Amino acid sequence: MANSILQVENLFKRYGNVEAVRGVSFSVEEGEVFGLLGPNGAGKTSTVEILEGLRDLDSGRVSVCGLDPQRDSQALKHEIGAALQSTSLPDKLRVMEALRLFAGFYKKPRNPEELLKRFGLEEKRNTFYSQLSGGQKQRLALAMALVNDPKVLFFDEPTAGLDPQVRREIYDIIEELKREKKTILITTHYIEEAERLCDRVAIVDHGKVVALGTPRELKTRSGGTTRIEVRLAKPEADGALKNLDGVADAREVDGAYVIHSNRPPQTIVAIVKHLEAEGNELVSLEIFSPSLEDVFIEMTGRRLRD
Amino acid sequence: MRNFATLTRMRIQLTLRNKMFVFFSLVMPFAFFFLYAGIFAKGQPQVVRFFLGPVLSLTVMGSFWGLSAALVMFREQGILRRFHVTPVTASDMLASSIVANYVLIFPTVLLLFFLSRVIFHVTHFGDLLSSFILISVGAISFSSMGLVVASVTNTMQETQVINQLVWLPLIFLSGATFPLAFLPRIAQKFSLFMPATYLVQGLQRAIYDSVPIWQLGVQVASLAFWAVLTFFLSAQLFRWEPEVKVPRKAKLLVVATAIPFLLLGLWENKYGNIPAQAQSAYDSLNAPAKSAPPPDSPK
Repeated sequence: MANSILQVENLFKRYGNVEAVRGVSFSVEEGEVFGLLGPNGAGKTSTVEILEGLRDLDSGRVSVCGLDPQRDSQALKHEIGAALQSTSLPDKLRVMEALRLFAGFYKKPRNPEELLKRFGLEEKRNTFYSQLSGGQKQRLALAMALVNDPKVLFFDEPTAGLDPQVRREIYDIIEELKREKKTILITTHYIEEAERLCDRVAIVDHGKVVALGTPRELKTRSGGTTRIEVRLAKPEADGALKNLDGVADAREVDGAYVIHSNRPPQTIVAIVKHLEAEGNELVSLEIFSPSLEDVFIEMTGRRLRD
Repeated sequence: MRNFATLTRMRIQLTLRNKMFVFFSLVMPFAFFFLYAGIFAKGQPQVVRFFLGPVLSLTVMGSFWGLSAALVMFREQGILRRFHVTPVTASDMLASSIVANYVLIFPTVLLLFFLSRVIFHVTHFGDLLSSFILISVGAISFSSMGLVVASVTNTMQETQVINQLVWLPLIFLSGATFPLAFLPRIAQKFSLFMPATYLVQGLQRAIYDSVPIWQLGVQVASLAFWAVLTFFLSAQLFRWEPEVKVPRKAKLLVVATAIPFLLLGLWENKYGNIPAQAQSAYDSLNAPAKSAPPPDSPK
């Protein structure tokens, strides 16, 4: 904790009567990709913008690269890179001009040409910002976030509003940054994004962190059981399935048996053995791994996207 | 300082790509110029020279319009917040607006002088140093006023309404469109409370009456002081975020920027001779044949 590159302790932020952030705490280690997962309005963006020095906090403590974003905002801005939500560039600014312009604000900028190539924007170098597609704008935003070779990157909803294919393109880019051991804080309301990209995730709801850990930890810890659905040749007594190895719960739903298991491999072996012993037969078997969505539902009683 | 230079370059580039700018900074001043020079002055060099000051003032003052609109648009579209995560400061942003605007004014100014010379055969342009200084101070103070307008309005519509409200008295009561001598007594009195009047009358004195800069101290000093005041205020009230609204005290502060010209206006109304000077320049125009002084040396 002491040498975490990013620390948030008991953070509070209100806008008028609305308490957007109500006691958020977490820390991010160097080289880690950390996700804030939660629905819109959960307080993710407020938290990130306080860390970026864009907003003042009401109470609590935050530090980024050992700096206080409020007091040392000028020094901080040399160390961070950000792709903001709800932002834009002048319509009549060309792609290459934008990269050069922003490179001009830093002491040791990266080569704009190299960024252009890396983010696949070479062909668009002379295109006006207003004429780029959503995916191209987002790639440019990520390229611009890297222009000062920052120590910490903030990606606020990096794929919101993009279609699935473009979203995967952005994932590839972020995964590449992850391989380079960049420290990244991502906010998202997409489960897939958090599971695929983040080393650790804090699930945020109504301004509070309701769960925090690696995606795997979260799923196992919170009774995130694997769902096994089987159809059988002959009916089976519920009670029998419930007592099998690793089973947390089993019940019959519409002629199928829905079994929740904490240890799916053992459970599946046990089911097969049990059926063999009973002279019954397996007609079909489906396995659903637990997702962070299940975790979210369990913690908040709601689906992530209403 | 480097950020400021980088931003200035960008602002110039973007402005030149903006069709609105081309209209306000080229089409409009030249339309006025040809209107005055062709219709009112009937092409007489002496009369064209009389109108050159007002037309230049229109160019200089017009800057506040585009500047406030650009800044509000930058804020509304979330462009400013992108700059806010970089080391760029509010002063970098504001000063680059002013300097970019200053640089962009000069081609129009030079073209107006050039056309007066080539088309209307104006051979003498009065005191060029005075003109240069007044144009400079005027450009800075009116663009600074644009920044204040941007900082006290929340939306583009509000900005445009305020711009209209400011622009109309600015051009009609300062002598920029109708000569000051031509206005009723009460309007003349009122005009002395407006910064625009000092720019228009100063430029006209410099160009038409060849008045040297040290005799235009009041005009230069009042505009310069006002520029500093409005710049300082716009830096204080600067907002990066679109949803942050104008604090109520801001509107009071803006009213406070009117105080210097309120005091100056009271003084000038009581002791000054700006309307008298405007009158005598105007009279010399109407009766050039009778007195027939050499047109370039009225005194």
